[in-house]
Amino acid sequence: MSNVYVADKPSAAREGRPSGRLLEVEDLRVEFRTRDGVAKVINGVTYHVDAGETLAVLGESGSGKSVTAQTIMGILDTPPGFVTGGEIRFHGKDMLTMSAEERRRIRGEGIAMVFQDALSALNPVFTVGFQIAEQFRVRRGMSRRDAKKRAAEMLDQVKIPNAKQRVNEYPHQFSGGMRQRVMIAMSLALDPEVLIADEPTTALDVTVQAQIMDLLGELQRERQMGLILITHDLGVVADVADRIAVMYAGRIVEEAGVYELYAKPAHPYTIGLLESIPRIDEKGQQLRTIRGLPPSLLRIPTGCPFHPRCPMAQPVCAEKVPPLLQLGSTRASACHFAEELVKRD
Amino acid sequence: MTESILEVRDLVKYYPVTRGIVFKKTIGHVQAVDGVSFDLHKGETLGVVGESGCGKSTLAKVLMHLEKPTSGGVTFNGQDIYKLGAGGLRRLRRNIQLVMQDPYTSLNPRMTVGDLIGEPFEIHPEVAPKASRRQKVQELLEVVGLNPEHINRYPHQFSGGQRQRIGIARALALRPEIIVCDEPVSALDVSIQAQVMNLLEKLQDEFGLSYIFIAHDLSVVRHLADRVAVMYLGKIVELGSEEQIYERPTHPYTQALLSAVPVPDPNSRHNKAIIRLTGDVPSPTNPPSGCRFRTRCWKAEEVCAREVPLLELRSGSDHPSACHFAEKREIVVSHEAGELTELPTRTL
Ligand SMILES: Nc1ncnc2c1ncn2[C@@H]1O[C@H](COP(=O)(O)OP(=O)(O)OP(=O)(O)O)[C@@H](O)[C@H]1O
Ligand SMILES: Nc1ncnc2c1ncn2[C@@H]1O[C@H](COP(=O)(O)OP(=O)(O)O)[C@@H](O)[C@H]1O
Ligand code: SF4
Ligand code: SF4
Ligand SMILES: [Mg+2]
Ligand SMILES: [Mg+2]
Repeated sequence: MSNVYVADKPSAAREGRPSGRLLEVEDLRVEFRTRDGVAKVINGVTYHVDAGETLAVLGESGSGKSVTAQTIMGILDTPPGFVTGGEIRFHGKDMLTMSAEERRRIRGEGIAMVFQDALSALNPVFTVGFQIAEQFRVRRGMSRRDAKKRAAEMLDQVKIPNAKQRVNEYPHQFSGGMRQRVMIAMSLALDPEVLIADEPTTALDVTVQAQIMDLLGELQRERQMGLILITHDLGVVADVADRIAVMYAGRIVEEAGVYELYAKPAHPYTIGLLESIPRIDEKGQQLRTIRGLPPSLLRIPTGCPFHPRCPMAQPVCAEKVPPLLQLGSTRASACHFAEELVKRD
Repeated sequence: MTESILEVRDLVKYYPVTRGIVFKKTIGHVQAVDGVSFDLHKGETLGVVGESGCGKSTLAKVLMHLEKPTSGGVTFNGQDIYKLGAGGLRRLRRNIQLVMQDPYTSLNPRMTVGDLIGEPFEIHPEVAPKASRRQKVQELLEVVGLNPEHINRYPHQFSGGQRQRIGIARALALRPEIIVCDEPVSALDVSIQAQVMNLLEKLQDEFGLSYIFIAHDLSVVRHLADRVAVMYLGKIVELGSEEQIYERPTHPYTQALLSAVPVPDPNSRHNKAIIRLTGDVPSPTNPPSGCRFRTRCWKAEEVCAREVPLLELRSGSDHPSACHFAEKREIVVSHEAGELTELPTRTL
């Protein structure tokens, strides 16, 4: 019906929840087998999110952020997409090797996702209220009337003005930003334990974005929800993230706490990203960009996948793949020269 | 620079709100755009910023002649665009192009990239003879930084940034004079965004394009725009040069918007001077009397409910502002730590 996937959550599931890692992705590998060849889209992604924590996933378009998220949700487009390695553990259990039924039950404990292309996901022939209420009826067995009342409350929670009235309106009557808020309301409706938000505030203006991020923050604190925030907005990331994982060509190239990453990025790609943001406090000249294009995933460059675009590249970079190595206890970088980057002033 | 290419006067677009299925009854109007006037100068970029639902896309649709305005007019190169015949309309469509907000829905999924970018040539065959089209499309792919080898691929095989480039290539195909960009970079990652912004600037220089650049990201608009119009609930509330709007904003709404821009520095988290707007954006079906911003404005006085503040030059300021009490205010938009200010909202 819609593009928001909300899993069932048996009420008992929250009880006696083991502490520790909520969701872990380890060395995940995904490829798309297309007519043009095999696109290696995810090439060993490792990240995790704990309860009550916000992990921001940053990276260029096409770097595999959404495919990783789709694989976590179990909605990878198969074929052409195939998982070829790795684990996705929810509360310590690998979701990739368990039975479909088991997997549905674990998803049932509440992983929800707001999709990147949510704007086109609402069904044009049903009212917005009906589409939200459907979840409460189907998943929670609520009466039509109660479900509609809850739908209006959800619209109100995501700050849609006149929620009681607008619940009866159709998607085309909402502006782009308001439709995105409807999608967020749908994903939060059943109180997920982990929310994967793929560019959730991209279409929103700043005052509403601030409200939505406040709202997500509130929910997260209340429910100890883990949030995986996929975004290209380095401003939002600086405001809300606890940790950041930077992705490039299907790999994590840098992972660090938010403060250390902004203070001293330890990967040339991250440095490039931080330099290419337009700033509100000055009228800049031409923006610094990262030269070139992201690689075709049919032909990922040898060695470090970033080397054709990297201003620091050395001969070794075209030969050896730099592994994601720990730098001290809190951060990691996949660059042959990471140590030098961290030591610089 | 001062030569106007597009003159927009008192543009109004209302959508009827209806009830009933068989006997439709109009029970009100969404005042999506309500009395908007501005000029677009040759070769300039006019930025349009404002909250979701304030009428930016509606404005774009009406300017593109995709919808007729309820009232008001638009003159393009001296001609009223709503009075054009079939031939004139065809020329208009060539000269004003649109790059859309959403690269995920604006491209037909069943057409190859080559067909998508070549489609404008089918409609306007005089621009490129059939034999040269494939090459033209490949050139366009190159101009927007896409691999010309990918000409036979379908939109779903591209990521968002790549799809937005396809949209830009398509808009460029007919060599238009004006491109209306409705949120062209908002769905993109920063390095791609920077490339697309530089691309838009490059194309502007190369082809002498004029842009109407609609975006909610105020940093992006500052970077690209020569002048900026700030919209709230269907009206322009402040209009000025990029410097006037960003350095010396006088409308409380502009001030609130600027202060809410997230700053890419985690150290500013706890000491940012955000003017948190309380209350909701009122419904455009039934906007507040007088000043439409008054229900969320911390400076509102009794006069604000009575009198509509016109967009005009006011004492103590060098650009038009639609506020009875327009005045400068120091907005902390820098990356340095500022003081926390909480502003009370006055209710009437
Ligand atoms: N066809 C329509 N029928 C009724 N109301 C409409 C229609 N199209 C738009 N509206 C309403 O007009 C107002 C302006 O919408 P518009 O899409 O122009 O906003 P916007 O500024 O582009 O917002 P966003 O930043 O979210 O894209 C909104 O209240 C919207 O709900
Ligand atoms: N259904 C599909 N078929 C083939 N390739 C795909 C499909 N979906 C995604 N891809 C490719 O996978 C790569 C990663 O995509 P995605 O995860 O959406 O990137 P992003 O980091 O922008 O979210 C891209 O190169 C994209 O073109
Ligand atoms: S390994 Fe080499 S090419 Fe890769 S990021 Fe580091 S310096 Fe650049
Ligand atoms: S006219 Fe009054 S309500 Fe409107 S912005 Fe100015 S002070 Fe605020
Ligand atoms: Mg994505
Ligand atoms: Mg819009």
